[in-house]
Amino acid sequence: MNATTALPDGIVVVVKRDCETCRTVVPVLQQLAATTRLHVYTQDDPDFPDQPTAISDTDLAISWAHDIETVPTVIRVDQGKEVERTVGWQREAWESLTGVTELGPDLPPMRPGCGSLSVDPDLVDELRVRFGGSTLAARRVEVAAAEDEMELMFTRGWTDGLPVVPPTEARVMAMLEGTTRTPSDIVAIVPPDLVEVSVEKVAIAAVMAGCKPEYLPWVLTAVEIACTSDFNMHGLLATTMPVSPVIVCSGPGTRAIGMNSGGNALGQGNRANLTIGRALQLLVRNFGGGRPGEVDRATHGSPAKISFCFAEADDASPIGSLAVEHGIEPNVDAMTLFAGEAPHGFVDQLSREPESLAASMAMKLQSVQHPKLVMGFDTIVVIGPEHGRVFADAGWSRERILEEIGAHLSRPGSELVRGAGGVAEGLPEAFGEIESLPKFRPGGLMLTYAGGGAGLFSQIIAGWVNGDVGSKPVTRAVQY
Amino acid sequence: MTTLLDPTSERSPVARERLARPASLEGLTVGLLDISKPRGDIFLNRIEERLTGIGAHVKRYSKPTFTKPAPVDLRHEIATECQVVIEALAD
Repeated sequence: MNATTALPDGIVVVVKRDCETCRTVVPVLQQLAATTRLHVYTQDDPDFPDQPTAISDTDLAISWAHDIETVPTVIRVDQGKEVERTVGWQREAWESLTGVTELGPDLPPMRPGCGSLSVDPDLVDELRVRFGGSTLAARRVEVAAAEDEMELMFTRGWTDGLPVVPPTEARVMAMLEGTTRTPSDIVAIVPPDLVEVSVEKVAIAAVMAGCKPEYLPWVLTAVEIACTSDFNMHGLLATTMPVSPVIVCSGPGTRAIGMNSGGNALGQGNRANLTIGRALQLLVRNFGGGRPGEVDRATHGSPAKISFCFAEADDASPIGSLAVEHGIEPNVDAMTLFAGEAPHGFVDQLSREPESLAASMAMKLQSVQHPKLVMGFDTIVVIGPEHGRVFADAGWSRERILEEIGAHLSRPGSELVRGAGGVAEGLPEAFGEIESLPKFRPGGLMLTYAGGGAGLFSQIIAGWVNGDVGSKPVTRAVQY
Repeated sequence: MTTLLDPTSERSPVARERLARPASLEGLTVGLLDISKPRGDIFLNRIEERLTGIGAHVKRYSKPTFTKPAPVDLRHEIATECQVVIEALAD
């Protein structure tokens, strides 16, 4: 608060004409004006009320500085300090606060107030910038009057090829309301340029991606995970394979922010799913410097590199959740990042017995990356509800499903070595002597559960080079 | 007028001059960095033969994995032990 927003001693009342309760209490204000040092501030119409004369707060500076949430608000000020306040019309409270009795004898004893303009959702973002005192450090880029801001962002290379939301200070400040962290906090060191990224810069990416403030803790967690050595975002960018971070979100918070774990969960149409994934990609592009044709050397790339983020239906899953599989407590908001491709469909509309479905799924999984390449690539299977029911009806647990699928996935090394079957691709010769090789390393085949209620389908998300050589899936709780 | 916040890292990379190319490799120590891609060793073995044939000393290095940048210690080791380095990518 500065000198221009200090309140004068006496009784201060903040009103607006648009509020019926404020209009109702005008006779009370007249009573108070006769016996107290009364100062009435008006938010919308400087001529309201005409008696007693109002002081204009149409720029809302006073209202903002004193956290006025409701009109009328009555404040008693003594020696420049607020001593007491009440909101709405409550005869007893007004009388107690002002020391004046028999206020508004013709009025009902109480009447609720209305919302203050200073907390109007349409105004609050601009007010925060105007009065909040910017703490943001990012360089300002001014858009000339004749310049189109959308085109400017394309020209500067700030987009993934789709339009982005212009990151104005008002939008970024509003985004930062989604976290308790201070804007200057360092979140991670972002590859490939290896620069420390602040909460503020992550918020800028989140705005551009189209996120709402409540998504920000999820975006911050995604950035933290992507930049770990285990996840290895640098390698994921630089590789020629069509892979990128696949984000699987878990916990009740996914429902609180409106994520989709049901029909079309892996597709378009849900703001939270799409924009959380996109925010990470935009950050890596714009802040980390990871752009296609530069450090991003993908041969084909994939539409999943724009955004691939969804929620698992852990509230409905008969097989638990991926997050819990990775050691997170149940019902904790968490996020798994997996270095993977776009999903491959798996159709089996006839298996009604779990044995058949497990064997069938294994046939599909043999083809991950190449049927003759084993143990080098992890995979997430997104079990659809109708497939999940086949396993659940038979009482198969997650462990049982993995075990039964795995039983169909071992093959002799002689079938997998280079040249076997007339195909040059395969394992080095030395593996030819091994009797049985699994398709996946221990823990390399993971299950999650999502999708709509109709369709005997699941989805296969094939991974990139796994382990110390490439990327490990990383699961962490979301920090609010 | 609209004002946007810069989404980039706002860094100003330092431009460094490259070292002058040596007129001859004779007597110089040449580091061969294998990034650990399959068959990179085959390529580097042949390069080593050729370099040794023209009087260069060859030292071999390898990254733990091709998917991550070379560790700082490895880069330092190469910089202190060699005058020239060849980094190979093979597939």
